[in-house]
Amino acid sequence: MFFDNLPALAVAVPLFGAFLTPLVSKIGDRARNVFVILVMGLTTTVVFLLVNDVFTNGIQTYVFGGSYQPGETVIRIFFEVDGLSAFMAIIAVVLPLVAVIYSWGFMKKETGLDKYYTLILLMTTGMIGLVLTGDMFNFFVFLEITSISSAALVAFWVNKGKAVDAGFKYIVISTIGALFVLFAIALLYGQYDALNMAVLANSIQYTFLDKMALVLLLVALAMKAGIVPMHMWLPDAYGCAPSSVTLVLIGATQASLYGVFRVVFTLYGRELTTAVNQVSLNVLLSVFIVALALATIVVGVLMALKQSNLKRMIAFAAVAEIGYMILAVGAALSTITVDSNTGVTMLTESGEMALKGGLFHIINDALDIGLLFLVAGAIYYATRETSVNKLGGLARNMKYTTVFFLIGLLAVSGMPPMNGFASKLLIYESTYQINPILAVIAILCSILLLAVFVKVFHSVFLGPKLSVFKDTKEVPKSMLLAMGIIAIVIVFFGIFPELVVNNIVQPAADALTDMLKNGLYVKAVLGVI
Amino acid sequence: MSMGMSKIVKTVSSVVFPFIVIYGLYIIAHGHLTPGGGFQGGAVVASGCAMLLVAHGSIWTIGKIREKQLSILESTGAVAFILLALLGLVFGTVFFKNFLVGNKFLFGEIPGYLSRVANFNTGGVLPLMNFAVGLKVIAGLFAIVLVMAYATSTFKKGEMEDGKR
Repeated sequence: MFFDNLPALAVAVPLFGAFLTPLVSKIGDRARNVFVILVMGLTTTVVFLLVNDVFTNGIQTYVFGGSYQPGETVIRIFFEVDGLSAFMAIIAVVLPLVAVIYSWGFMKKETGLDKYYTLILLMTTGMIGLVLTGDMFNFFVFLEITSISSAALVAFWVNKGKAVDAGFKYIVISTIGALFVLFAIALLYGQYDALNMAVLANSIQYTFLDKMALVLLLVALAMKAGIVPMHMWLPDAYGCAPSSVTLVLIGATQASLYGVFRVVFTLYGRELTTAVNQVSLNVLLSVFIVALALATIVVGVLMALKQSNLKRMIAFAAVAEIGYMILAVGAALSTITVDSNTGVTMLTESGEMALKGGLFHIINDALDIGLLFLVAGAIYYATRETSVNKLGGLARNMKYTTVFFLIGLLAVSGMPPMNGFASKLLIYESTYQINPILAVIAILCSILLLAVFVKVFHSVFLGPKLSVFKDTKEVPKSMLLAMGIIAIVIVFFGIFPELVVNNIVQPAADALTDMLKNGLYVKAVLGVI
Repeated sequence: MSMGMSKIVKTVSSVVFPFIVIYGLYIIAHGHLTPGGGFQGGAVVASGCAMLLVAHGSIWTIGKIREKQLSILESTGAVAFILLALLGLVFGTVFFKNFLVGNKFLFGEIPGYLSRVANFNTGGVLPLMNFAVGLKVIAGLFAIVLVMAYATSTFKKGEMEDGKR
């Protein structure tokens, strides 16, 4: 009973926990914190069991409130979990787990924490639902759940003025994006009478309306993922939210990125090699995505250079990191070719490698940027200061935090032996084979990123002890534990990248190219191709 | 707003209030048979409560019911909804399974083919879920209105003191 219902439980457990939290918090603060961590722990267990199931037994489908056989028409809430969904579900559940552990110490002095934890659990529900669903309309619903709860969380520090502004900006951007998505879904539904992703992927014709839907979906989801030139909400939202919330927001951003991949590779997967005016769709998309990716990387890094607020600086670095992921995926798109003899659609070897590098970088970015945000939060907790210019000499007071920042710094700028090096090396190697200029720009910006953070490290942690921070103490143990978990995973991924790529990233990459080769995603729902 | 309106308005709204509540509860209870359901009926009841709030003022209302009590009610509604869905997993096979269909006692009857009479005792867990959603919407919407009214009433300091007197 338990093991057959894992996809539903992955959403049901945090949702149930979210609504129980206000009731449990009547008992006491400690009971509430323990309860939330237990709920998140249970969710993590469920998701990992599900992921294990998917990686060993292939695609899992689940229909809420009924049963079905492949081939029947499904008009219900429908989940379909393949390698890519499982991969993203890991990120979507680990980040909130670390965030609630971190919150124990970090948010201790705040009020209204029952609502805070409820919203975090709701956001987790939204993210997990977003990546597991196999239905376009459910996708929109979960997108909305994620947006609304995260907008409220961004504005959590209402008394600090700017947070309300950032939250408002975020909700406006999210609502516009969600309406674009809804309109695109309506265009698809009007033509094919279906909302199921697999059914749509099977019957899509690439008509004029489909082109419109593709553009709307891509623009809206790219906006939610914070890709330049639609990134203006991201530094505000990341910078003004409490650090624990920012950690979960990274997951929400990447869930939107998942939407981009799902739309391009699964929904329009069949039509990728269709030619429009002698240019096939995959090349068109590739040029578009790579151009956006380069702009994202360059703008992100250059803007990070001139920031003096620590959290805004990391937020711009996060923008740049998103650029690396879509750069790799965009470059991989351009290598899709149809073999003229056998008629088989396939990626070149460097394309496959770029895809793996891009996907691996998603999980690495979540960890690296997440760790840096947690350290920024720890610095704020200890000193109540966010400006880099006013901080200094903290290494003497906060030893562990210093080490964690160093790990995050090396990882985010792609230095060995951290995980960022492993994925960025894959991206450099493969994009160099596809087009050397891409790799050159990527490496250059990565070096600039290192310069940014070395500067921060020097001015915040090194130097003589400042008299203002004489009494500054190390942060509480729960915060150190949260940062420690991420730091250990970063180092582990950096030392054994092969293990991670083969076991976690490879199934996700296979799921992306599935529609070009086997069409298992469609087969799991329709029974036949 | 904090002081409430004239005696005529207070009396009339008190007379009309039960009818609005009954109508809202009717919409919730018949959610599985007629248009509307938990959300719509809940919104009707909550608007009735909002009418009382406007007529009597936020200070009077906050003396009758607190925002915290409403938030407990709201959570209870949401928890009940998900609990019903989870019970489907326990008694049936899948999450959200309509496990009450087929029994004779609680909303379990299956109406005959082309049956023209609306049978209240049908729908399985749907009416129960409507009740849960209705409770959540009544408490949630009213809590929002109450908090907003109370916040604007305490905005000017003098006004609040008047209300307390």
